[in-house]
Amino acid sequence: MRYLPLTDGDRQAMLARVGAASIDELFIDVPEHARLSGPIEGLPNRASEIAVERHLSKLAAKNLAAGDAPFFLGAGAYRHHVPASVDHLIQRGEFLTSYTPYQPEIAQGTLQMLFEFQTQVARLFGCDVANASMYDGSTACWEAIGMARRVTKRGKAILSSGLHPHYVSVCETMAKFTGDMLETAAPELAARSDIESLIDRIDDDTSCVVVQYPDILGRIGDLSALADACHAKKALLVAVVTEPVALGALTSPGEMGADIVVGEGQSIGVGLQFGGPYVGLFACSEKLVRQMPGRLTGETVDAEGKRGFVLTLSTREQHIRREKATSNICTSSVLCALAWTAHMTLLGEKGLRQLAAANHARACSAADRLAKVRGVELVNDSFFNEFTVKLPREARPVVRALADRGILAGVSLGRLFPETKALANGLVVAVTETVTYEDIEALASGLQEVLA
Amino acid sequence: MTINQSGWKPTMGEAGAPDGETFTGNRALMLEEPLIFEIGGADTTGVDIDPPAAHESRLGGLERRSEIGLPGLSEPETVRHYTRLSRQNYAIDLGLFPLGSCTMKHNPRLNERLARLPGFADVHPLAPIDTVQGALELIHELAHWLVTLTGMHSVAMSPKAGAHGELCGILAIRAALDARGDSRKVILVPESAHGTNPATAAFAGFTVEDIPATAEGRVDLKALEARLGPDVAGVMITNPNTCGLFERDMKAISDAVHAAGGFVYCDGANFNAIVGRVRPGDLGIDAMHINLHKTFSTPHGGGGPGSGPVVFSEALSPYAPLPFVEKAADGSFRIVEEETAEEHHGDSFGRMTAFHGQMGMFTRALSYILSHGADGLRQVAEDAVLNANYVLRSLEDVLEAPFGGSGPCMHEALFSDAGLADGFTTLDIAKALIDEGYHPMTMYFPLVVHGAMLVEPTETESRAALDQFIGALRSVAERAKSGDERLKSAPHFAPRRRLDETLAARKPVLVWKELPVADAAE
Repeated sequence: MRYLPLTDGDRQAMLARVGAASIDELFIDVPEHARLSGPIEGLPNRASEIAVERHLSKLAAKNLAAGDAPFFLGAGAYRHHVPASVDHLIQRGEFLTSYTPYQPEIAQGTLQMLFEFQTQVARLFGCDVANASMYDGSTACWEAIGMARRVTKRGKAILSSGLHPHYVSVCETMAKFTGDMLETAAPELAARSDIESLIDRIDDDTSCVVVQYPDILGRIGDLSALADACHAKKALLVAVVTEPVALGALTSPGEMGADIVVGEGQSIGVGLQFGGPYVGLFACSEKLVRQMPGRLTGETVDAEGKRGFVLTLSTREQHIRREKATSNICTSSVLCALAWTAHMTLLGEKGLRQLAAANHARACSAADRLAKVRGVELVNDSFFNEFTVKLPREARPVVRALADRGILAGVSLGRLFPETKALANGLVVAVTETVTYEDIEALASGLQEVLA
Repeated sequence: MTINQSGWKPTMGEAGAPDGETFTGNRALMLEEPLIFEIGGADTTGVDIDPPAAHESRLGGLERRSEIGLPGLSEPETVRHYTRLSRQNYAIDLGLFPLGSCTMKHNPRLNERLARLPGFADVHPLAPIDTVQGALELIHELAHWLVTLTGMHSVAMSPKAGAHGELCGILAIRAALDARGDSRKVILVPESAHGTNPATAAFAGFTVEDIPATAEGRVDLKALEARLGPDVAGVMITNPNTCGLFERDMKAISDAVHAAGGFVYCDGANFNAIVGRVRPGDLGIDAMHINLHKTFSTPHGGGGPGSGPVVFSEALSPYAPLPFVEKAADGSFRIVEEETAEEHHGDSFGRMTAFHGQMGMFTRALSYILSHGADGLRQVAEDAVLNANYVLRSLEDVLEAPFGGSGPCMHEALFSDAGLADGFTTLDIAKALIDEGYHPMTMYFPLVVHGAMLVEPTETESRAALDQFIGALRSVAERAKSGDERLKSAPHFAPRRRLDETLAARKPVLVWKELPVADAAE
């Protein structure tokens, strides 16, 4: 077997050193009834590299890759161009095949990278500090609610109707077990987000208000008044960013007073990957840091006074505090964080702003073009690179019909909110720099045909 | 004197460097590297983006007005920055990485290539179902092999890491108890458990009680049976356990827990020791996560991403999370989500993550399983166990092996600090191993052994590599027993000497801030 270096001769010699007559003697503690006597049912024996490649390539070929079609899907996962050097760097063995940096003297590469990542995330979100990544945006969103509970000692979270419904589902799952109260609602196909109604609902039991920016319909609301209203009632404002590229063009949630900002980092550096692995971003104000979940990298010095980095404040973590930890998280998304930070370093301030401008300009063109299709109505009065259109009939079958024509048209609200009939005609369309003007024309004319 | 690019002061100025020091702080191939904030600029970028044809703003009046403070580097500078950083890392590609319970094995590059096929890597999680049949088939196929290899009833693929999988299993137990109107609150966790186990149980609203270990390093069955009762929701057990031993009484433990109305969660972190030889389902386990990154070799990536599918017994299957992939009668695949759940899985405890889990890890794990096949997977477990026993027996004359007398170990060998010279610790041994060119073993875990050293060589080490490692550890152990003071200041040859972790925690510096001008010009 190409991955196993021991030869039969090695095995015999090693068994002799160990003092066992056969390998079975080493499994002596496994009760007889639990030992597998024969081969694994149905699984063929070892396969060559070429045979495995053939099998998986066949499976891959059954999928329509985003790059092979006019592509407009978003709703929490975005297709951006990732520079070739990013994938090259994350494949370097010293990053790819290393472990959690528990031995800092020989893990400075990962630790310095994470320190840079934390700084970039904190600055992008307008916060004091950030952690060294979470699983993804949805789980980070739940962790933020848990953190707000610990900070405020209150158990009611108000979730904006513009929060991604899958994020809401994750929070609802967890809240069933932790006893948190969640107030939720589905959005309306309206031009403005629900910020005013959120403000009205904050009371003395509220731990936090969770609001997505831009929201699931693509709308952008000013969070300043909401932040003030939260703080007046000693509640926290949690902002959720599913498209961090937007912050190259928009005022950050932290600047508007959000206490915790979480996000899905997938759109920078990571790629679609059918839903994972992604990278959760998590930032907050400095005074909350000891209630933060996840890993933190900090600066220090070594025995010779040289600057170096270590994992720090680990007394919050499961391996020290066990059942009193701020979270049970043990793995984060370090390699994806590397992809994120390398892509962000390539962009820099200038590149990120240009990328954001290119996204917004294309989205404006697409919105105008689609609004010209008979029966199609633009819902948003504000958006970044994603907006919602209202179709004259249910959007789900329209998306399917366009897929048959080789166009991946967007995400129907019927798929995201199956139980809310009032949203069934809504279609969320994302337009990034990877979309060409020909793609936009193909979508518009395809839509026109299908709706005719 | 000025601060050089790496942020520390060279002992000599521009005039020259004495022996042992260099002007740059570099040491030939070992290069110091400043932070991007110290070398990048606001006007530098490593990407060329076509300017938009038209400028208009529909941003709701929230256009960014402040500077973000993100430095940019050109492509050559970026590649050099991260390549230089990478050289400050130890990795499995560089040498043996004997971290007990972490399973640092070789990462086949075929898996990387396949995960990057556009049909997997460039597919949106909400794409129309007809356009992602291959991706769904892959998830279904991997799920089938995970169920088959574990002898269980079903599998939840969406948990994003081992600890997330633990949460999944514990939530399913909670949901099953709720379904029968049972409000049991206690989860029993053996002393030797990973810290994630008690944290997970607490996170899901349970109270945690410890179960002691026997003198032989296994769960004390009598103590466990004595604690069982109508308030116990379940136990969380690691098997093979973190002392490197197989829990011989696993079936008896399961039977006792079931008889008392509870459920058995197994931490599957060490499944690589028994894959192809033992099916956890035959031991009465109700739920177990599988760390794909450990047993099935998906890269650890410096601490993630992981992937932690959870296999379930028939009793817990109805409560498994959404979404999951199902094969229809016509051979097509579909995703069962909230909208379609009622007809199938009305008892599901819900969704754990936005999308389907770690697709990129599924691709790699399936590639690994098919590459090894039935015979290869069995060989994996056998070689992992043989290598660990080889290490155990080759070192037990110089290092105390607290459970060495209680039979063969599984895939990891446990030593303690007993017998070291006064004032010498496990930490000193670990740091001295760094100078020998190795990543240290797991230290101070499991907690049941004083000064624990847990060595897991894995099946991908050759006999020659093991012999060299054994020689290095033997030499370090002998020096620690004889009181060689040099060990206490190790590592001497790493890119950094011992780092001040206390300072980092007392005065946390978590983001880079520009030095005040006065300090920089000191």
